[in-house]
Amino acid sequence: MSAVETQIDGRETTDELLTLNFGPHHPATHGVLRLLVTLQAEVVRDIKPIIGYVHTGIEKTAEDKSYWKVIPVVERMDYLAYYFNAMAYIGAVETLVGVEVPKRAQYLRVIHLELNRIASHLIWLGTSALDLGAVSIFLYCLREREMILDLFEMSSGARMHTRYFQVGGVIEDIPASFAPKLREFLAIMPQRADEYGAILNSNEIVLARLRGTCPLDAETLLGLGVTGPLLRAAGNPWDLRKAAPYSSYDDFEFKIPVGTVGDNYDRFAVRLAEIYESVRIIEQALDGLPEGAHITEDRKVALPPRHELATSMEALIHHFKLVTEGFRVPPGEVYNAIESPRGELGCYVRSDGSSKPARVHMRDPSFVNLQALAPMSRGSYIADMIATTAMLDPILGGIDR
Amino acid sequence: MPDATGLELIRQELGDAVLDTVFFRDRATLIVDPPGIRGVLEQLRAQGYSFMASLHGVDYYPQEPRLGVIYELLDMRRVDRITVKLRVHSDAPTVESVTEDWPTANHQEREVYDMFGVLFDGHPDLRRILMPEDYEGHPQRRDFPIGGEPVIFTRDEAKWLEARQ
Repeated sequence: MSAVETQIDGRETTDELLTLNFGPHHPATHGVLRLLVTLQAEVVRDIKPIIGYVHTGIEKTAEDKSYWKVIPVVERMDYLAYYFNAMAYIGAVETLVGVEVPKRAQYLRVIHLELNRIASHLIWLGTSALDLGAVSIFLYCLREREMILDLFEMSSGARMHTRYFQVGGVIEDIPASFAPKLREFLAIMPQRADEYGAILNSNEIVLARLRGTCPLDAETLLGLGVTGPLLRAAGNPWDLRKAAPYSSYDDFEFKIPVGTVGDNYDRFAVRLAEIYESVRIIEQALDGLPEGAHITEDRKVALPPRHELATSMEALIHHFKLVTEGFRVPPGEVYNAIESPRGELGCYVRSDGSSKPARVHMRDPSFVNLQALAPMSRGSYIADMIATTAMLDPILGGIDR
Repeated sequence: MPDATGLELIRQELGDAVLDTVFFRDRATLIVDPPGIRGVLEQLRAQGYSFMASLHGVDYYPQEPRLGVIYELLDMRRVDRITVKLRVHSDAPTVESVTEDWPTANHQEREVYDMFGVLFDGHPDLRRILMPEDYEGHPQRRDFPIGGEPVIFTRDEAKWLEARQ
């Protein structure tokens, strides 16, 4: 028992500190996250996150695979943002190799990245609303996410962990029926987002739990390395899509939603607003989708088209070399950062000249952002800590890797 | 990114703490002397690189000094990145912690310690972060074998405990 302030909000309280294990198996921790919470009555005095429960050694596994076989492995880190993981890694490898990505592939990447951002935000919205006591939203959110997963299935054959992005482009062009289906979704999504906003913004309980709870200023957030919607909610419009555009993001017009005070409500509002912006980006990318190749013509890194194998000896050799050994990458080190739904997702790749990476490191935004949980929730009620964890949107697959 | 000339100018300003510079694929890297790391990062912060985007480890096995620590700094105003790298010998892998100046380094230094065994002097809470507390070895080192990890089932827990003693 240690002595602390005995008054909270002017009322007398106990000075006894209670240590509570919150998780690892608790639905409100959004994964296998354990929080060692020090409580004084109902007030959070300190939080120590304990992680590593779903550590699967993906970075180590990547060192044992040729470059193109690493893609499906890294996709499994942050399992709600698989296109982003692939994009960060592929961007690093493309920089090392020095390969040009065709414009059509860049646009297709943008379409899939933004669809993935919406899908990730929908899961966040649904599960967060669950934590705040609004159960039905979760089912609605999954309904729209289902439409996105159907689109992913059309373009790549898989609903999750699609391995759609390849070094030099994307594995296959979109089928003819993809665009009409996507337009259907783009017409529906803003209306549905309006509905979610209307339901939650008129819910007294949700508002009471979000408004003014656990704010943190942009200066502290930057010191803690926090990026993404959490930083933007505090008023700093930092977004890599605008600041350092990659994959032709500079071709599109979109706004960066920002908050004002950086409380939980701003975090919620910023992410909800991002859904509309993603829809706008996809619309522009679909309208302006250029004709041309969907993957680089460089046969040293990209597989030759299937039909060439029957007629061209060279294509057969390239195919064989790529599938068995993979391509070699010039020695060097590159750090490539993109804007994932949760912030800066950086991928560091070191090549020693062989066909396997010597080191792959993912700077996962969830891992870094988690450090902000304690400064955010210190001094607030434990119920607000639940809301903060939800608004932090940690994905344990990405944290533990 | 600073261009190649800009990188040399930064090097001149920082003086002897910088051992070498690398300019590769439009990315600027400063290789610094491990004892001077905190000073170099502070000077770079004064130049505008005030956001530490990432801190991670790398293993250059079989070269020595084989363990590397990489600091990715970002200047948000000019949208400019610079990489700071240091290498330490695996016999005495001690680096001064920068957690005090850069709070974001806390978890990331713990990860580098966990995965590579680099000791961060002055870190407030240097424990393993991803691997179990009683784990032996540093799995991201290049000479750490992949696979062959014993899976501990409850039914032969006694056997494992015995083997450990």
